[in-house]
Amino acid sequence: MTPSGSAPGETRRKSEMLDSLLAFGGLMLLRDSVEWEGRSLLKALIKKSALCGEQVHILGCEVSEEEFREGFTSDINNCLVYHDLFRDPLNWSKTGEALPGGPLGALTAMCRRTDPGPVTIALDSLSWLLLHLPCTTLCQNLHALSHQNSSLGDSSVQQVRVLGLLHEELHGPGPLGALSSLAQTEVILGGTVGQASAYILCRRPQQRPTHQTNWFSILPDFSLDVQEGPPVESQPHPDPHTSLVDPMTHLTFNLRLSKKEREAKDSLTLPFQFSSEKQQALLRPGQGQATSHVFYEPDAYDDLDQEDPDDDLDI
Amino acid sequence: MDSAGSVVSVAPQLLIQSAGSRSSECSRNSITFSTSPLTGRSRQDVAWSRRGQSRERSCRLHPGRRAHDPGKLTLLCDAKTDGSFLVHHFLSFYLRANCKVCFLALVQSFSHYNIVGQKLGVSLTVARERGQLVFLEGLKSSMDVFFQAHKEPHPLQFLREVNAGNLQPLFEFVREALKPVDNREPAWRCPVLLVDDLSLLLSLGVGAVAVLDFVHYCRATVCCEFKGNVVALVHDSGDGEDEENDILLNGLSHQSHLILRTEGLSTGFCRDVHGQLKILWRRPSQPTAQRDRSLIYQYKIQDKNVSFFAKGMSPAVL
Repeated sequence: MTPSGSAPGETRRKSEMLDSLLAFGGLMLLRDSVEWEGRSLLKALIKKSALCGEQVHILGCEVSEEEFREGFTSDINNCLVYHDLFRDPLNWSKTGEALPGGPLGALTAMCRRTDPGPVTIALDSLSWLLLHLPCTTLCQNLHALSHQNSSLGDSSVQQVRVLGLLHEELHGPGPLGALSSLAQTEVILGGTVGQASAYILCRRPQQRPTHQTNWFSILPDFSLDVQEGPPVESQPHPDPHTSLVDPMTHLTFNLRLSKKEREAKDSLTLPFQFSSEKQQALLRPGQGQATSHVFYEPDAYDDLDQEDPDDDLDI
Repeated sequence: MDSAGSVVSVAPQLLIQSAGSRSSECSRNSITFSTSPLTGRSRQDVAWSRRGQSRERSCRLHPGRRAHDPGKLTLLCDAKTDGSFLVHHFLSFYLRANCKVCFLALVQSFSHYNIVGQKLGVSLTVARERGQLVFLEGLKSSMDVFFQAHKEPHPLQFLREVNAGNLQPLFEFVREALKPVDNREPAWRCPVLLVDDLSLLLSLGVGAVAVLDFVHYCRATVCCEFKGNVVALVHDSGDGEDEENDILLNGLSHQSHLILRTEGLSTGFCRDVHGQLKILWRRPSQPTAQRDRSLIYQYKIQDKNVSFFAKGMSPAVL
């Protein structure tokens, strides 16, 4: 693993992946799985956005606030606004500390912000919201969230970026497809042994969708380290010193015939191949051929007929 | 039970000690930790035994490393085999470690767990009497739901409801059992919630999302607020037919810090190797560094304990 900041090329490559992800607004889906979790990448993106000076709002449903803020430095933590939907999302404690309106209320409250300036909203996680809200409601709110217009009414559209963490195994193809179609960017996390990868699919309006695969790892301070590719295992090289063995040697059978053997083979008559002489010899019982007799003992109720049944054959 | 002392530290830890380093040196890496038989058929004693010589590589299934770490959720999962030996193990482990345990025992009776626990060296009766163990016997108290009037909702109130709503009464029971009280009682260590098992709740009519919400609240309260641990067993049907169970299992997997998955061998039943155990550490709060994220061991449940060994290293086949 290359140390951070070693060469300009590597630094450029490191920031490229995050920059390309954060270049455009709209909805970005981070699709993770049990094997390859996506919260670290979400936190890396949040850190990058915060370092760029954007406001960051986090709707936290799955982890506690302390756990989410763990690993961030204090100046980044000061930029993060955490809406805690983890402690009491369904208002079971009835202490009045829960966010009003439950999950839906919290989500719509985020749609109604009016602060100017670019903003990043992180939803941790969309899966939790999808399990507790109807899919259509969630999609409508996500659409409203990612297409907020500036309240000043001028032509510039507020740059809103919505990062949604989605656990792939929890949902069927319907909701996944619906969220996919809403998203401008999709990052699908995977990897091989020891190395995580991100398959990034970008859909920009009036442009062809682009896709690329990046291999990366996330450092403890939530900065990204992009690698070339999966660790290449050493290929087993064939040993150049082993001589090739001729498979034709030491056979227990003949593959070729000598000339004499071929002649003998060609002149052999097969037992059931009838030439005309053989046929005549069989049909006319010869002198030396009456060596076999058939002894037949008729039963009491046998019907003996002295006629030859083959008489009418005309050979 | 010499090693019982070795595991007591700031946060309760499950220590698996493996003897023998590389496969070339020692023909078998056997890891033993005490546990119980599957169904308590035979009488067995607890033994923490350390097998082998030379170096030890201890692999820790610890819930939390630092004192102020919030607790962790450990998910026990079994597929095509019976993983309840892990439940017995964790129960006796936490009781021996002097933790306050709330055990939601929905599957078996109290006497069953007691018998098995006695083989492992803990007496559930004594623990319950002195207040260390809060035991919800699902089989017995389900009758109380119907035949006894309660002022407040019974923990298993969902059995009565037409649309099995939510598990809030059960959560309130857990919260009440594990909340820290004033110093009238002897100070127990961190609270632990143990559930056997969550798939049964699905069979009783509770929805997968309701069970996930229950575990969510348990995590928020027991792990984050009380700094305790939660251990829960879920069955994996494996063939993808039970969608609710799959949602539950995957949802819990995403929430847990440690997943212990016992599986039967893919080739079928074997007398000498009863299954394999896959250990997966996953905690998304910190990106996992170079430590082992997942390990696979095969195990055999023996008379006195369960012995673990690396794949293919069973003494029977070497």
